[in-house]
Amino acid sequence: MSNEIKPDELLNKIDYAPGSGNWMDTTASVQIRPGMYCYAAKAESVQTLGLPNARPWNPLEEDWKLPDNWQEIVFQGLKERLERFRTFKVFMDICVRCGACADKCHFFLGTGDPKNMPVLRAELLRSVYRNDFSTAGKILSKIPGGKALAGARPMTLEVLKEWWYYFFQCTECRRCSVFCPYGIDTAEITIMAREIFNLLGLNIDWIATPVSNCFQTGNHLGIQPHAFKDMLEFFVEDIETVTGVNCTPQFQKKGADILFITPSGDVFADPGTYTCQGYLILFQYLKEKYGLDVTWSTYASEGGNFGFFTSHETMKRLNAKMYAEARRLGVKWILGGECGHMWRVIHQYMDTMNGPADFLEVPKNPITGTVFENARSTKMVHITEFTADLIKHGKLELDKSRNDDFIMTFHDSCNPARGMGLLDEPRYVIENVCNNFYEMPPNTIREQTFCCGSGAGLNAGENMELRMAGALPRANALKHVHEKYGVNTLGTICAIDRAALSTLCEYWVPDVRVAGVHELVGNALILPGEKKRTENLRFEPLPGMEEEDDE
Amino acid sequence: MNQKYLIPLTTVFLLFLVAYTGVEGAGLHRFFGIVIPYLAVLAFLAGFVYKVLGWASSAVPFRIPTTCGQQKSLPWIKQNCIDNPDTSTGVCLRMVLEIFLFRSLFRNTKAAFNRNDSNKLSYSWEIFLWIGALAFHYSFLVVILRHFRFFTSPVPSCIKFLEYMDGIVQLGLPGLFISGALLLAATLFLLARRIFDAKVTYISQAADYFPLFLIIGIAVSGLSMRYFTKVDIIGIKELTMGLATFSPVIPEGVGGLFYAHLFLVSILFAYFPASKLMHLGGIFLSPTRNMANNTRAKRHVNPWNYDVKTHTYEEYEDHFREKMIEAGLPVDKEE
Repeated sequence: MSNEIKPDELLNKIDYAPGSGNWMDTTASVQIRPGMYCYAAKAESVQTLGLPNARPWNPLEEDWKLPDNWQEIVFQGLKERLERFRTFKVFMDICVRCGACADKCHFFLGTGDPKNMPVLRAELLRSVYRNDFSTAGKILSKIPGGKALAGARPMTLEVLKEWWYYFFQCTECRRCSVFCPYGIDTAEITIMAREIFNLLGLNIDWIATPVSNCFQTGNHLGIQPHAFKDMLEFFVEDIETVTGVNCTPQFQKKGADILFITPSGDVFADPGTYTCQGYLILFQYLKEKYGLDVTWSTYASEGGNFGFFTSHETMKRLNAKMYAEARRLGVKWILGGECGHMWRVIHQYMDTMNGPADFLEVPKNPITGTVFENARSTKMVHITEFTADLIKHGKLELDKSRNDDFIMTFHDSCNPARGMGLLDEPRYVIENVCNNFYEMPPNTIREQTFCCGSGAGLNAGENMELRMAGALPRANALKHVHEKYGVNTLGTICAIDRAALSTLCEYWVPDVRVAGVHELVGNALILPGEKKRTENLRFEPLPGMEEEDDE
Repeated sequence: MNQKYLIPLTTVFLLFLVAYTGVEGAGLHRFFGIVIPYLAVLAFLAGFVYKVLGWASSAVPFRIPTTCGQQKSLPWIKQNCIDNPDTSTGVCLRMVLEIFLFRSLFRNTKAAFNRNDSNKLSYSWEIFLWIGALAFHYSFLVVILRHFRFFTSPVPSCIKFLEYMDGIVQLGLPGLFISGALLLAATLFLLARRIFDAKVTYISQAADYFPLFLIIGIAVSGLSMRYFTKVDIIGIKELTMGLATFSPVIPEGVGGLFYAHLFLVSILFAYFPASKLMHLGGIFLSPTRNMANNTRAKRHVNPWNYDVKTHTYEEYEDHFREKMIEAGLPVDKEE
């Protein structure tokens, strides 16, 4: 990160007092600036999914190579979405601009850019809605000066570019929606704006290419089936070195009890890989002790869904694999790994889009007898719900002290927190597998949690200034517990977090590392027949074992 | 910037003058006392219904509540039944608290950043907007309810009781109604926020100032009639009862100030459905608040769900079969 803005320079820029003047007058001067935007989608990735207007283009160039009738496409696109989504229509009409949301957005807090206030982000779109769709706006626009009075403006190329710039500075985290007296959800508005962009071929590459990979190859990273298997087997070797136990997983096993799906990021990059090893250890333990039969699939090898950041339709196309594979393999139900937006999609969309899952059974933990009533219809259970249930029933033998070097805090990921309410399950697991756990300040956790700053497909390399600015509120709270309690590990249940928070820590709080919850489970779980453990999954000596190393 | 509030301010002044001079100078009593109020109420009702039906006609494809507390999951984990409801009872409770107590606004915080050695971001509880909003809405509600004394005969005892409670401080003559004073104070506070809080100034539109000035105009003209200029209250009741019973009459001796007050109220009614004031109706239809968080337990149906092109397992296996066989992965078709 040598060519990037330094933390001090970034902090110097922060000023929450916006300038005077009408924000609409500044549209023309919006500069799409390196460090703040993501590269344009590659034509071939757009083509794979058969989405419109695949071509090479560059956001920094004047000409975006739009179709001639792009304004008509935008108008029709908005019209259709106003009819299809009550959220969109109501949220276009009822905002009173009270400003309660203004300083709730991590991007506003990190940049001070007034157009990052959620209300204003939405107004970028509402101003066009008032011009083209609202009766009052249409009447007012006929009298001189009426447009300004109505706060309306016509759809121009400059407006489109402003939209593009700012709707790709929203991570759809929904924090503003918690504070809005009407529950206006900026994520919903951003989702619509991005759908419109995709009608014009204006996606970013960090979304479009993973989507294309996921569609063709089964996961965002484009890991082919044999390579996927190789990577897991590589983890198996590492686990064997640490524990002496072979945890080889099964793939595409027909008639298994459970199909397990997790984001491919966990297979690909540290520290997610340690979380992945945690899953393997847990499944080996359950197989050995209780005969639980879990299978992985290379076809449905992606829990995440960047289609969600493209359009509802694309989300559905990628998500379809989960049920399709569960049906083909004839499993009883599906277990999902640690991931943020994956779980919003599963919890709030999957059954509606691709259900009913009547070919699966109501999820029941065969070991504890617990029926997961809250997943009765969708038939997919979150791994922390599953593990918490096992721990509660005393089905796991755990040695907490192996995690004594992890002084933990926990980052609630936006989607499980505000699109699901999965708050206490991961905490329960953490508290049962490690001895040192401290919460960050109350305004920054649970439903008020701050985004990592890189969600909703913005975890690219080229927009690092934006990401680190958006990461500031989370980092600030983390720094607080780091200094106060000596916290050295940020726990999380999200694959994007494991990547994004690691960068965040490196930039803002260098002495803190990131760990998935099931990495800690993997360390603490006492496998049948294991050797005396001296290292954790990161090959670091366990507490009290440092000296033995020296001998 | 100025024009964002100067134009609405001037407009409200002009509207006041139009009615005042229209009655006092041109003698348009019937127009401002009968025609306009009826038209305004008609516009309000028609507009309100049109708007709500418009919202209702849009689909709710997904169940996407914003969850603000622990979900219902394992039986031993305590669910937050209000902020993360999974039943309609919970949703009702959540909605009641939103609608009557502005629960989400109650959470409001104010962020501050100190650029110094510690570079701390801090959040403090920001209660004033919540208090101001509650004071405004409830005092306005009481004022409106009190006005039913002009449209009912005999006046129902609940209205009389409300009036009694509202005037319980027994200050001055005629006795001060708390609601009227509070309405003016709260409106001025909300206006001051828009003018002096830089962030709120920046996001404010003319459409935010106009209803504030309008309500200030209504409150000021109302208060001055009651406490200062005095008006022919018997005559006014004759007029309002005439409107309520659809046998309108124009009494003698009611001055221009009353007609100006009535005109501003009429404008507010007519303007209501075309404006942000429709949040009154919209809050009931907000899907992030009025839906239960039970999508995994109970299937939600999307009325326009359509089939999409997916990449099937067969296509996948056809593409990777050789590599899969070589890696020892099971395949459906060996060849």
